[in-house]
Amino acid sequence: MSTPVPAPGKKVNRLGLDVQPYRGSKTTLCAGCGHNAISERLIDAFFEMGMDPAQVIKLSGIGCSSKSPAYFLGASHGFNAVHGRMPSVATGAVLGNRRLIAVGVTGDGDTGAIGIGQFVHLMRRNLPILYVIEDNGCYGLTKGQFSPTADLGSILKNGVVNELPPIDTCSLAILLGASFVARSFSGDKKQLLTILKAALSHRGTCLIDVLSPCVTFNDHDGSTKSYSYVKDHEEPLGDVSFVPFFEDITVEYDEGTTQTVRMHDGSTLLLHKLETDYDPTDKIRALTTLQEYGRRGEYATGIVYLEPDHEHFVDLLNLVDEPLAHLPLERVRPPRAALDEIMEGLR
Amino acid sequence: MSPPDLAVQPADAGPATRRLVNDFSIQVATANGSGSQTANLVLLRSIFRMGVPVSGKNLFPSNIAGLPTWYTIRASHRGYIARKKEIDLLVAMNPETAREDVLALEPGAAVVFDEPLKLDALRQDLVFYPVPFDRLVAGACPDAKLRRLVRNMIYDGVLAKLLDIDLEEMRLALRRQLGKKPKALALNEAALDAGFRFAGESLPKRDPLGVERLDQTGGMILMEGNAAAALGCMMAGVTVVAWYPITPSSSLCETLIDYLRKYRMDPETGKATFAVVQAEDEIASLGMVIGAGWVGARAMTATAGPGISLMSEFTGLGYYVEVPAVIFDVQRVGPSTGLPTRTAQGDLSFVAGLSHGDTRHPMLLPSSIAECYGMAIEAFDLAEQLQTPVFVMLDLDLGMNTWMSPPLDYPGEPPKRGKRLTPEKLAEIGEWGRYRDLDGDGVPWRSLPLDGLPPYFARGSGHNERAQYSERPDDYVRNVDRLARKFETARALVPKPVVEEDPEARIGLVAFGTSHWAAGESRDQLATEAGVRASYLRLRAYPFTDELARFIDRHDRVYVVEQNRDAQMLGLMRLELSPERIAKLRSVRHYNGLPIDARSITDDVIAQEGGALS
Repeated sequence: MSTPVPAPGKKVNRLGLDVQPYRGSKTTLCAGCGHNAISERLIDAFFEMGMDPAQVIKLSGIGCSSKSPAYFLGASHGFNAVHGRMPSVATGAVLGNRRLIAVGVTGDGDTGAIGIGQFVHLMRRNLPILYVIEDNGCYGLTKGQFSPTADLGSILKNGVVNELPPIDTCSLAILLGASFVARSFSGDKKQLLTILKAALSHRGTCLIDVLSPCVTFNDHDGSTKSYSYVKDHEEPLGDVSFVPFFEDITVEYDEGTTQTVRMHDGSTLLLHKLETDYDPTDKIRALTTLQEYGRRGEYATGIVYLEPDHEHFVDLLNLVDEPLAHLPLERVRPPRAALDEIMEGLR
Repeated sequence: MSPPDLAVQPADAGPATRRLVNDFSIQVATANGSGSQTANLVLLRSIFRMGVPVSGKNLFPSNIAGLPTWYTIRASHRGYIARKKEIDLLVAMNPETAREDVLALEPGAAVVFDEPLKLDALRQDLVFYPVPFDRLVAGACPDAKLRRLVRNMIYDGVLAKLLDIDLEEMRLALRRQLGKKPKALALNEAALDAGFRFAGESLPKRDPLGVERLDQTGGMILMEGNAAAALGCMMAGVTVVAWYPITPSSSLCETLIDYLRKYRMDPETGKATFAVVQAEDEIASLGMVIGAGWVGARAMTATAGPGISLMSEFTGLGYYVEVPAVIFDVQRVGPSTGLPTRTAQGDLSFVAGLSHGDTRHPMLLPSSIAECYGMAIEAFDLAEQLQTPVFVMLDLDLGMNTWMSPPLDYPGEPPKRGKRLTPEKLAEIGEWGRYRDLDGDGVPWRSLPLDGLPPYFARGSGHNERAQYSERPDDYVRNVDRLARKFETARALVPKPVVEEDPEARIGLVAFGTSHWAAGESRDQLATEAGVRASYLRLRAYPFTDELARFIDRHDRVYVVEQNRDAQMLGLMRLELSPERIAKLRSVRHYNGLPIDARSITDDVIAQEGGALS
């Protein structure tokens, strides 16, 4: 076998790879599904950030969203787990090999209903993972029932009205300890890509709730997760731009209206404020803002909360630098003297 | 429950002049949380150190403090360490149960009791030793607030005198227990001496029980099965532990954490060569284990019945995506919450096929400390060799009680890591498929993230040999047939039963786990009391191996002894044995939450044999 050489003129990233290994198999989701757009942005983000596909693991639960890891990063290992339980599998995998970069894809049912238990504990641990919720407010694979992120008063195709308040995954994540929390829209190509790239430069839990309209079951008038509703009610907290650590670019900006955040890997995030003086490192402000927008029936999008240096779970557990899965026998089997000492204590 | 068992044996003639040396059981009745554990362990260890085989069983309530607790110590020069049904000496410390405890005794038994309880008024056919605990403890412990903590040590002193236990061995055992706390040690020593002195001065010996030095425990250890299993995990090289506290399994992971912190911190960096997560529930625990196993780490969890119920979903996933996982089930009494602090072998048929769909899982069945340790190590090997979840089935009796054992051996072999794809193997086979059976044993070759070899997509949905999503009937059938073939491979790899054939026996006993100890003693009872000779087969694993079928063939009737209501192990045998062999099977069951005893087996077998013979 010979290593394929990219055709001349083909765009390559800092690893010298073209986009091919970042792509996956052909999608089997509905034409126009927001999830496909998210897969495309994930491909772009991993490619542009020059992440090594061999180092990435993709995980998911069950549902339309959870099928999508098959549609990107074909050169990476993947794990399609059971409904609502992807966080625990990801936790074990990342602890087993700390060099892996985990991306978890889930849906609003997979996370907000059956998986809410594992979700909240994942957020508490601040495990290094990019956790993407493809949020359409309904169950697609079982033909359109409400999910727990459906908004109060939203109407199903068959006329059923949602009478329960929604679970706001972003608010929960901030409260519980996730260190990178964002909301975006599958139709906002530029913002979503920037957020994903910023997330890949962060070490800790990156929760990204991406509003991703279900074109088949939840795209009608009366739905608050339809394409047109989200497009009309998406309110960016500001313009976000991102300068990866490996790009030698100097950006001119006005200190009065732009906030810069240095990311874990040395990249720079630039937050250009619009009308407000939003500060995403202020936890209380982030929570208040989400509530205020929600009350107005709007979706605040962008990087809602960011804590670049929050200790993540792998560091908290004080693990050796080498992957646990690959430690040699002499480092994991104590010597005979240890057993002798234990036996002596039991005589 | 006071009567640990209601009497079944015909009464002896009452207090006798005969001596019963190194062959009796003591029951100490206290209230949970009254600090009797130190006194009980000192008593146990001092008899053990005198060379006499012992076992100690704690019968405790699901409660932190206040409810009745019984601790039973059995000494047996014949080496019997199963629970003995009859109590020879009762130490009655708990006013709440004292009356019932005394009424349940066999005639001739001895009772050491707290004097104000006036238990000697209850019966005429027992030997009573009243002890003024409050007065004695006041003398030994000037600080009134501490008296509660040392009060129980007084009965150790009394028993040392009455049973002729070497007081110096008791002092040594006490020092071993409290050596790091000089103040507590001094107070306990004073209480011990006070009890001993009092018994010498005021309690003339009137019972036949006594301890004499033997040499049957030299070099041996005392250990709980959970600790032995934990040690096995560490020696197997476990690197990821995920657990959720549940009785009676918690001490397995807690002991493992202690061992890991002591022996598995990297000497150069001071960092951990292991990760331990106390998960949010048992579902997440097994999810983490499977995630870690998928990337190549050795990972385990430990739980009990309610946790097993929750783990059924992930067990099915582990089976179908073929990821190694080691799960310890320290069985307690079910169903539902059941009796959380009582023992059973009640999860067998559930675990054997845990999850929906067609699944089968290997189970290892340890019956001793050495096997808790050895099978823990073996479970990690099997899980990786078979790429599947493997269960180690302890029970509360084995996991939480104190057992004698020869010292544990250092593992002689390196871990068996199973079929991991290598560049050489890949070159040899050309095109690799994650679920392709290259060797005919049903076990495919796997790659791991970051090993430089081709990746694959693990999924709990239908898949073909190349791990691609597939709903094709032929792909499905080929895959699950291969998994069935893999289970046949498991049959060849699991530990074989231990068979003790009696060429003249017409009947056989089959037991496993903690039932082994009572079964062995019952064999002796059957031979000496009823002239019934029985061969014996001790199962050590599921799936069954050929030895079982051959054992059944050689006998007219085979009694399967187990600690559950529904004859679960026998039920598993029915699934695969021929009708002729099934027809020979009989069932002996014990399921009241107490560890099985020999007498119950013997009586049941004799009753059934009577029917069979007539």
